[in-house]
Amino acid sequence: MAAINRDDVAHLARLAHIEMSPEELDRMAGELAVIVDSVKSVSEAAGDDVPATSHPIPLNNVFREDVVGHTFTAEQALSGAPDSFEGRFKVPAILDED
Amino acid sequence: MSTDAILSFEEAMEKYDPVLGFEVHVELNTNTKMFSSAPNVFGDEPNTNVNEVDLGMPGVLPVVNKTAVESSIKIGLALNCKIAESCRFARKNYFYPDTPKNFQTSQYDEPIAYDGYLDIELSDGSVFRVEIERAHMEEDAGKLTHMGGATGRIQGADYSLVDYNRAGVPLVEIVTKPIEGAGSRAPELAKAYVAAVREIVKNLGVSDARMERGNVRCDANVSLRPHGRERFGIRSETKNVNSLRAVEHAVRYEIQRHAAVLESGEPVIQETRHWHEDTRTTTSGRAKSDADDYRYFPEPDLVPVLASREWVEELRATLPEPPAARRKRLQADWGYSDLEFRDVVNAGVMDSIEETIAAGASASVARKWWMGEIVGRAKTADVDPSELGVTPQTIVELNTLVEGGKINNKMASQVLDGVLAGEGAPAEIVEKRGLAVVSDDGPLLEAIDAALAAQPDVAEKIRGGKLQAIGAIVGGVMKATRGQADAGRVKELILERLGVEG
Repeated sequence: MAAINRDDVAHLARLAHIEMSPEELDRMAGELAVIVDSVKSVSEAAGDDVPATSHPIPLNNVFREDVVGHTFTAEQALSGAPDSFEGRFKVPAILDED
Repeated sequence: MSTDAILSFEEAMEKYDPVLGFEVHVELNTNTKMFSSAPNVFGDEPNTNVNEVDLGMPGVLPVVNKTAVESSIKIGLALNCKIAESCRFARKNYFYPDTPKNFQTSQYDEPIAYDGYLDIELSDGSVFRVEIERAHMEEDAGKLTHMGGATGRIQGADYSLVDYNRAGVPLVEIVTKPIEGAGSRAPELAKAYVAAVREIVKNLGVSDARMERGNVRCDANVSLRPHGRERFGIRSETKNVNSLRAVEHAVRYEIQRHAAVLESGEPVIQETRHWHEDTRTTTSGRAKSDADDYRYFPEPDLVPVLASREWVEELRATLPEPPAARRKRLQADWGYSDLEFRDVVNAGVMDSIEETIAAGASASVARKWWMGEIVGRAKTADVDPSELGVTPQTIVELNTLVEGGKINNKMASQVLDGVLAGEGAPAEIVEKRGLAVVSDDGPLLEAIDAALAAQPDVAEKIRGGKLQAIGAIVGGVMKATRGQADAGRVKELILERLGVEG
């Protein structure tokens, strides 16, 4: 049985700032459980001799020299912003008064 | 905003044993950012040092800055850490407007450096070892400015403005193991530890290390436990502690606050505290909650960093002399006493003295000028002595003028004022201000003869070998020449005049 239940989904939804109805939570818990089970089969296939990997391509040390490249102007940077003020992104206040 | 109760520090220490922990963020001074080629420059127009990577545009790919990795390895080595043969980046997921990607690229289970230590020298000369848990690579976040509201603080702001110039600036976060056994020296140790880290990264040349610009930032963890108990108490984490003085004050304040909470029988709440320099207190941020579930996972857009032992040794070979070792060497070279040297270090003029000596002054002359003339002026002007505007060359020139008998010490001090007032080089100022000592022996001899004639008994004493009596005659001559005579030369001439061997 998958180790993901309705409470886990509700928790994740909150962390991800996604509003979900009770029905959606139920449905998603079921769907995620199937996905988690499917992924599990990968660990069954990999034996002890297969090291864990975070990347599918066996590459390492892909570096960039410390040389300045291109930048945006402030206008370009802000061109997709919903709101801006004096060259800066304007966002809603984040915390209420104590 | 409510004011928290606090206990006196002494009482807190009688009843409780503090345990500390620090997370120090060091901004690297690379030319470009950690994962993008946008410039890493402080103080530019907002949102001009950004490109698509820093703004988290869809479909962009980060590329690791090689110099930043090398700087991180150097920091690890300087902190006596092991350098991981292989490490990787991870995403730390959270929603906050300071990071447009909705995650910070950091390292989680595989930091580049781990298991180090730093020996911290306290003011009485004793050494306290702080164990380093890890030092990992990550990126800085953008800068938020909270607008409106009563305080300019985050609480009660109407809206916030975001500048992403800082987003993506390479950071190394240095995390200590829990620091036990500091006792009542905890506040001093806190300050000394952060000072040592700052000194090390500055000495390595990998960071500008200017705390007022946020190049070195400290989060201070404090918890208390009753004496004799092994289990740690519940800790608070004070953020925004961005000067050495503030680190000391914040640790002291949190110890006092925790003690008052524990004395009242309540549990300490595990939470973030905000430091306020104006009131020298902390206020509650937010309690730790499941919002701190960052769901770290390996960054799929970046491949692992392998630090071959050859590469690490190459970097180790480039490390400069550690600051503590350098201090020992300089003190020995200069022949200063422990007290003299400590004063020099505390006054912040060790580097200036070193440069002055390199420019040609003797160790005692360099100390005389920096400690005797410049530190006081800097204090009055409220700047660092090194930023007052006195160059090593100025001091060498002043000293040459004094030793050559052109001016005396009193005049030299006036010349220094002239240099600071922008009147030119010392020799020019001597000329312009008409400060040169009377070096023509003619007028001096006249004045000497007059002084000797005015005090025949003193002249007789000197002839009889009582050389200390000469001061009275020198004084007469200096008065007659309105201080413009070289006292050393005057002495010589008096002795000559009286036919006495000096």
